[in-house]
Amino acid sequence: MSKKEKKLKNEPSVVVDSDNQELATGKKKKDYTKSYFRFKLHEMGQFKMSYALIAPFFICFITFTLLPLIASAALSFFYFNALSLPRFIFWDNYLYLFVEDSLFLKAFSNTLYYAIIVGPVSYIASYFFAWFINQVPKRLKPLYTLAFYAPSLTGGVALSVVWLVVFANDSQGYINSALLNAGLITEPIQFLQNVNWIMPVIIIVSLWSSLGTGFLSFVAGFTNVDKELYDAAMVDGITSRFQRLIYIDIPQTMPQLLFSAVLTITGSFTVGGISQALVGHPSPEDAGLTIMLHLGDYAGQRFEVGYASAIAVVLSALVLGIGRLAFRLLSDKG
Amino acid sequence: MFQVDVDYLKKAKKRREYAPTVISILLGFAGIVSFLPLIYLVVTAFKPAEELFLYPPRFYVSNPTLKNFTDLVSITSNTMVPFTRYLFNTVLITVLYIFAMIVVGTMACYPLSKHKFPGAKGLFKLVTNALLIISGAAAIPSYIIVTGLHLDNTYLVYIIPGLANCTCMFLLKQFLDQVPDSIFEAGKIDGASEWQLYTKIALPLLRNAQATCVILTFPGIWNDSSASTTYIYEEQLRTFAFFMSTLQGGLARQGANAAASLIMTVPSIIVFIVSQSSVMDTMAHSGIK
Repeated sequence: MSKKEKKLKNEPSVVVDSDNQELATGKKKKDYTKSYFRFKLHEMGQFKMSYALIAPFFICFITFTLLPLIASAALSFFYFNALSLPRFIFWDNYLYLFVEDSLFLKAFSNTLYYAIIVGPVSYIASYFFAWFINQVPKRLKPLYTLAFYAPSLTGGVALSVVWLVVFANDSQGYINSALLNAGLITEPIQFLQNVNWIMPVIIIVSLWSSLGTGFLSFVAGFTNVDKELYDAAMVDGITSRFQRLIYIDIPQTMPQLLFSAVLTITGSFTVGGISQALVGHPSPEDAGLTIMLHLGDYAGQRFEVGYASAIAVVLSALVLGIGRLAFRLLSDKG
Repeated sequence: MFQVDVDYLKKAKKRREYAPTVISILLGFAGIVSFLPLIYLVVTAFKPAEELFLYPPRFYVSNPTLKNFTDLVSITSNTMVPFTRYLFNTVLITVLYIFAMIVVGTMACYPLSKHKFPGAKGLFKLVTNALLIISGAAAIPSYIIVTGLHLDNTYLVYIIPGLANCTCMFLLKQFLDQVPDSIFEAGKIDGASEWQLYTKIALPLLRNAQATCVILTFPGIWNDSSASTTYIYEEQLRTFAFFMSTLQGGLARQGANAAASLIMTVPSIIVFIVSQSSVMDTMAHSGIK
């Protein structure tokens, strides 16, 4: 992209030169790069309307998405507290991040723990629930889709009022009350205080609300699979649902698999809000601390912008790396 | 030989008869479990105080009351800004944002899908990769840019920074890719200008995809409290979600919290129910190829 942008900017001056040269000398096609640019500019001139239409989107995109990201990457090499001028300190932020900041390591391992469970489980669950929904009678499909999609629509955070009661620490909590009645425990489990329970509770609530956009795209993707393929496969002796899943459904929904993977990856590594809503921030012994919350601390509370940027860069690199891997695995074009 | 095949197929057809019923029933149970917390939210919102703190806890409500909702109003009666002002702000911002975002996204998706201009492929690849960008990772530079443009403390701050929504633009573009180019070529032959091709052909075709964008962005903007916290200093410009976030804390206000949560979540569900069929139509083309 950057290369292309540069090209766009540089073109006019180059082209004017080549134009004059050609007029003056009558020589043509000596300089292939210049005539290439000239050709390109002419081509661009024909697409004025196209550029005008995409302009608002890309101006906003560059100003509010790309530029902050680049600025953030640059700031990660500085000490900057938003008051005095940034001071260049090279990789000291990163050094501190990985060597000295034990809280970051805690946040990092919590996030990884969360992402490794919630990412794959919600991804596979989305796929299979969508697959099952595809087998039910057509009339019932919208109802089922709504039942599974609604939790993510409300967001786990908005529903924390429900989950706080379900997992309440005292005997008034639904789970504690049920376990006490069943005689499985003698005193209530401190779900939202006990360090060992905090992450599992966050994960359970997240999984409940994790059938989101990816799930919808699967449901829709399955309806799009050509039904004639099933008949053709039946003639070839493929009759069981699972064989059909492997030989027809999965290959046919490959594009949705990638789209959903991308959304799942970004979603699971940016966990934060739900932890804050359930166990508070700071949580007991930082058991619910995630990279996003840690980042928020340094950016929003302590104003150590350079350091916060380093955290952001590490997180972005992690997501981008895993995302690119998904692209490579699931897309033929990469 | 042929006879055997037919038997086999008949058997296979027969075996398929009861499977959908079994799946429907099992999936129905799972669906109820998935939906249960939402039902509980509705129930809690109508529970009187004495039923909220029963032991053992009880799921259903025996004396439903509207007291939680009136509490919500009375909580705000002694603050500077009434409850309805927050709600008005949220509705206004949501409508304006979604409208503007869709206009911008639709405008961009048409050339990216149907014009082969230099840079089109690269720009779309950029958008695809931008799906992996973590919004919020670059909070401080964004803050500097937004305040530098003097967007802070206005309604615009809710709308402009999020206009370039990559997920929506991506969906719109993928949807338009499915429309054969020949339709546009035919239009061109009939003498339509580019602008007419866009407004008369592309826009009507994109209606379903636009509905999808509405449902995908609606919960995000409706539930967003961070913009109010970060950029707004005047109470009367803040949103309902912000007001909700100030309510949080303590089980004492559990009833009022549930009522507020209900107000927060019901609109998203209604929007989804209304637009579900068009959403499905679009999402079928959502894949990254």
